[in-house]
Amino acid sequence: MKNKTHAEKRIGRKRVAVRTLTYILLAVWALAVLFPFYWMLLSSVKSYGAYNSEYVPAFYTVAPTLENYVSAFREAPLAKYFLNTLIFTLLTTGIMLTVTVLAAFAFARLEFKGKNIVFALFLALMMIPNELVIITNFQTITSAGMRNTFHGLILPSVASVFYIYLLKENFEQIPDELYKAAKVDGTSDFKYLVKVMLPIARPTLITIAILKIIECWNSYVWPRLITDEKARFLVSNGIQEIRENGFGRENVPAMMAAVVLVSLPLIVLFLIFRKRIMKGVSMGGTKG
Amino acid sequence: MKNNLKAFLYLLPALVFLGVFMVYPLADVLVYSFEEGYNSASQTFSGIGLRNYSFVLRDPYFLQAVKNTFILVMITVPVSTGLALVISLGLNSIKKLKNLFQTIYFLPYVTNTLAVGLVFMILFKKTPYSDGMVNILVRLFSGTTVDFIDGPYWAKMLVLSIYTVWIVLPFKILILTSALGSVKQDYYNAAKIDGASSWRVFSRITVPMISPMLFYLIITGFIGAFKAYSDSVALFGTNLNAAGMNTIVGYIYDMLYGDSGGFPSYASAAALILFAIVFTITVVNLMISRKRVHH
Repeated sequence: MKNKTHAEKRIGRKRVAVRTLTYILLAVWALAVLFPFYWMLLSSVKSYGAYNSEYVPAFYTVAPTLENYVSAFREAPLAKYFLNTLIFTLLTTGIMLTVTVLAAFAFARLEFKGKNIVFALFLALMMIPNELVIITNFQTITSAGMRNTFHGLILPSVASVFYIYLLKENFEQIPDELYKAAKVDGTSDFKYLVKVMLPIARPTLITIAILKIIECWNSYVWPRLITDEKARFLVSNGIQEIRENGFGRENVPAMMAAVVLVSLPLIVLFLIFRKRIMKGVSMGGTKG
Repeated sequence: MKNNLKAFLYLLPALVFLGVFMVYPLADVLVYSFEEGYNSASQTFSGIGLRNYSFVLRDPYFLQAVKNTFILVMITVPVSTGLALVISLGLNSIKKLKNLFQTIYFLPYVTNTLAVGLVFMILFKKTPYSDGMVNILVRLFSGTTVDFIDGPYWAKMLVLSIYTVWIVLPFKILILTSALGSVKQDYYNAAKIDGASSWRVFSRITVPMISPMLFYLIITGFIGAFKAYSDSVALFGTNLNAAGMNTIVGYIYDMLYGDSGGFPSYASAAALILFAIVFTITVVNLMISRKRVHH
C-alpha cells in the first residue's frame, strides 16, 4: 500500500515538472516573438541623443519622448506612403472582391457548357508560382506606360483563384430551394446574388477581405518593381528607402518610430479579427 | 445558349485578368528564356537557343544565390518544422493561457517583413557606437563580438535563418496545433489503459495521426524557403549581391530591374531553373510522403 502511494507521488511530481517545463518553453518562445516588438517600441521613444550615447543598449528608458514620431513624419514622406498604401489596399481588395464574387457565382450557381473543364483549369492556375509570371507582368506594365501608377500596382493582383474557389465552396452550401423560390418570384440572377447570397456568405467575404488587406499592406516585391518615384512608394518600399538612405543621418529612433507606425494597423486588425484571421489562414493561406 | 452567354459575362473579369496576368505570362516566360541577346529597349533578339540558361548557370552571382538558398532551406525547414511541433505539443497539453500564447505566436504572420526586419537588423548590427543588443549575449558566452549584418558569411546566414524561422513559425504552429487538437481522445485513453510510455504514445499515435499535416507543412515549407527573398532584403538591403546574401528569387528580380536590370531573358531562364528545382523537390517529397504518411 505504502509503495503505491510512493509511486503515485512520484508520478504526480513528474507531471508537475513536465507541466512547469512546458510553460517555461512556451514562455521563452513568447518572449522571442514579443522582444522585437518591445525593442522597436522602446527604441522609438528614446531620444536621439540618449540612443546614440548607449554603448550597451538599455532595456528601458526613464525619459520617453515622442519627438521621433514627429521627425519620422517630417523628414520622410511617411504620410504619403501611408496614403498610397491605403488607396492601394482598398482598391485592390474592392476590385478583387467584385471579380471573385462574380466568378464564384458563375461556378456555383449557373449552368453552362464546359463548366467543369473551365473550373479545373482555374484550379490548375493555383499551382503557378508568382516568380514565373512576374517577369512578363513587369514587361507588360512597363510597355503599357503604367509604371508608377496605381493601375500598374493594382491590376495584376485583383484575380485570385484561391479566393474564387473558397467563395464558390461557400456559395454551394446555400440551399437550392432558395434559388428556385427566387426564380418563381421572377427575381433576376444578379438580384438574387446581391440580395440573398452575399448576405449569407458575409463571414467568408469578410475573411477573404481581411486576408487580402494583410497581403496588400505587406506587399513589397511588386511595388518595388513597378515604382521608382518616391511619391508612389508603399509603406514596405518606404521603410526600405528609409533604411538605405536614412533620415539624413543614422537616426535609428526615428526609423523605429516609422516601423511602429507601419506595424500597428495590422496588429490592431489582427487583435480585432483574431479568430477569423487564424481560421482563414489555416484554410489555405501560406507564408514561408 | 442564353445561359452560356450570361455565365461567360460573370466570368469575364476573372478570365481577362487571369489571362493577361497569369496564362499569357506563363507562355511568355518560356519564350523569353530561349530568346538570346534580348534587348528591352528595342524588343529585339538575335537568336533562339539555350545561351540564356548557360549564361545564368555560369554566373557567379547566380551560383552564390543558389548556394545561399540551399543552405537557408536546409537549415530553416527542419528547424522551423521541429520547433513548431515542439511548441504545438506544448500548447496542446495546457489549458491555462493557451489562447494568449496562441495569439502571441501568430503575431509575426501579420507583421510587415520589411519593417520588422529592420528591427532584427538593429538588434544584430554592430556599429562603431554600439555592439548592439545581441552582442551583449554573445559576450556572455565568448569574448569576441560579431557584426551579424556586415560581418562573416556564417554570421549573416545565422541571422537570416533566425529571422526566416521567426517569420514562418506562426503558420506552422497554427496548422500543427489544430491537427493535434483533432486527434481523437479515444486513442490516448486506450494507450493509457495499456500503460504505454509517453514516447510510445507520441511515436505510435500522435505522429502517425498528424503525419498528413506534417508532410503538408514540410512540402509547403520547402517551396516557401526556396522562394526566400524579402527577409534577406530586410536584413541586408537591396544590394544583395554586394552583401553576398542574394537568393535565387533575388537574382531574378535583380536581372529585371534596378542597376543590374534590363535582362528579362536571363531572369526568365533563372525563374525556370528555380521552378525546376522546386518541382523536383516537391515530387521527391510527395513520393516519400506516399510511403510514410498514415491515411
